[in-house]
Amino acid sequence: MADRKEPKSKYTADRKIPGAFEGETVTRRRAMVVAGQAAGGVAAAAFILPTLGFAMGPIFEKQDQPWQSVGKIDEFNDQSYVPRTITLVEGIGDAGKSTVYIRKYNPDLDTEPLDEYNKYIAISTLCMHLGCPVRFTAAAQRFICPCHGGVYDIVGKVSGGPPVRPLDRFYTQLDKDIVAIGPRFSVNSELQRFSPRDPGEPLDGVGQYLYPSRPSMRKIEGT
Amino acid sequence: MPKLKLPAAPSNPLTSPKRPGKEYGPSGALGHAEEAGISAVDWIDERTSLSGGLRWAMFRKVPKGTNWFYTLGSSTMFAFLSQSVTGVFLAFYYDPSATRAYESIQYINNEVFLGEFVHGMHRWGSSVMVILIFLHMGRTFFFGAYKYPRELNWVIGVALLVMTMTMSFSGYLLPFDQRSYWATIVGVNINGTGPLVGPYLSEFLRAGPYFGATTLSRFYAIHMLMVPGAIAALMGFHLYLVAKLGTTAPPWVKAKAPEELREDKVTVNL
Repeated sequence: MADRKEPKSKYTADRKIPGAFEGETVTRRRAMVVAGQAAGGVAAAAFILPTLGFAMGPIFEKQDQPWQSVGKIDEFNDQSYVPRTITLVEGIGDAGKSTVYIRKYNPDLDTEPLDEYNKYIAISTLCMHLGCPVRFTAAAQRFICPCHGGVYDIVGKVSGGPPVRPLDRFYTQLDKDIVAIGPRFSVNSELQRFSPRDPGEPLDGVGQYLYPSRPSMRKIEGT
Repeated sequence: MPKLKLPAAPSNPLTSPKRPGKEYGPSGALGHAEEAGISAVDWIDERTSLSGGLRWAMFRKVPKGTNWFYTLGSSTMFAFLSQSVTGVFLAFYYDPSATRAYESIQYINNEVFLGEFVHGMHRWGSSVMVILIFLHMGRTFFFGAYKYPRELNWVIGVALLVMTMTMSFSGYLLPFDQRSYWATIVGVNINGTGPLVGPYLSEFLRAGPYFGATTLSRFYAIHMLMVPGAIAALMGFHLYLVAKLGTTAPPWVKAKAPEELREDKVTVNL
């Protein structure tokens, strides 16, 4: 193997490049190429990174969920639900409104411990299959979804169909004799409170880790 | 100051030689129009050399047995072009705000001259494009046209299929009636059921935890700017590969050896 090439020296001077400096290892052509590519990369990053952040921003922004009063305490009872309309998103008309079913806490029905946020039970109408609006059918004592046949019992637990967890709820508070509705939260099949999840995301078992809660909406600390 | 005499203008060296067979130049209005057209095309071609590329792309050799099934790809492309043109003109009247979108669609359908027709073209055309793209995919699959060396074109085709479905999904919301609103809620929640990334994906699509004020404009931008641009670019590359690699013969056409090379015709000189 006599004709095998000697490995090139890393010094430009040894490679007989005209005008080479002592100890120089990078040719000026190579330095220009790298500098040009780096400048292009910086220029592209200068518009790509801000626009990405611009599009992704809402994911990390905390959503304001003000308390809204929905009526006096004598408008509600502990046997059946009374529908009320609340505004989830301001400024977009009907698309930002949602129906909530409200009932007084009933120790015969409700198994979860009574605290300051559930003297009145407020059930969200978002079906936990894929988010269609459920309706409370008083004759059947059931919440029924028109889209894919999800059925929930009177406390919102799944009694049939494809939903993966009980209906979401809202925190409620009493201001003298006014019932107010606050942030939404999700519950697992034991009706424990979790930060709100989207429909179709189970919360039992590993569900709460496979479907993490997001910074935009959290439950009230310590509940 | 004494003025220098200007040199005489040179006799025009750029005059092109007469076209063969037409020694006396064009005759009549038609001849002059023809000449004008030819020289306009020549002017462009001299500066761009486009004619070579066009000839390369258009005058290709096509295998024996090529039939109507081979038109499904270009049919899909024409469906896309129709969607692009009708879509651009629908944007003249459409208003992607949660409070105005429904009314602007009503205005297009009921007030604008030919509005219902153009909207209908766009609406039904989307289904036509989805049907055609699946037929085209089926043709490619059953004719074995995805095999070497055309695998990359199959992959690009699948990306185009996914983007076409994205177009259908994002466009479905825009009329902003009850059906499109709830269908989008359901569709976004289906995206949310993917483990780990799903919740963030659905929040990205909605621009927040609820269907909000900017969801519609987000869908509109995806439908109108992001995806169509990507589809057009990939379609161009798809077509480039078709021109470069050529089309396949249908599977029932068997390759035939040239007459002089057939085994029973070859004579061996000893």
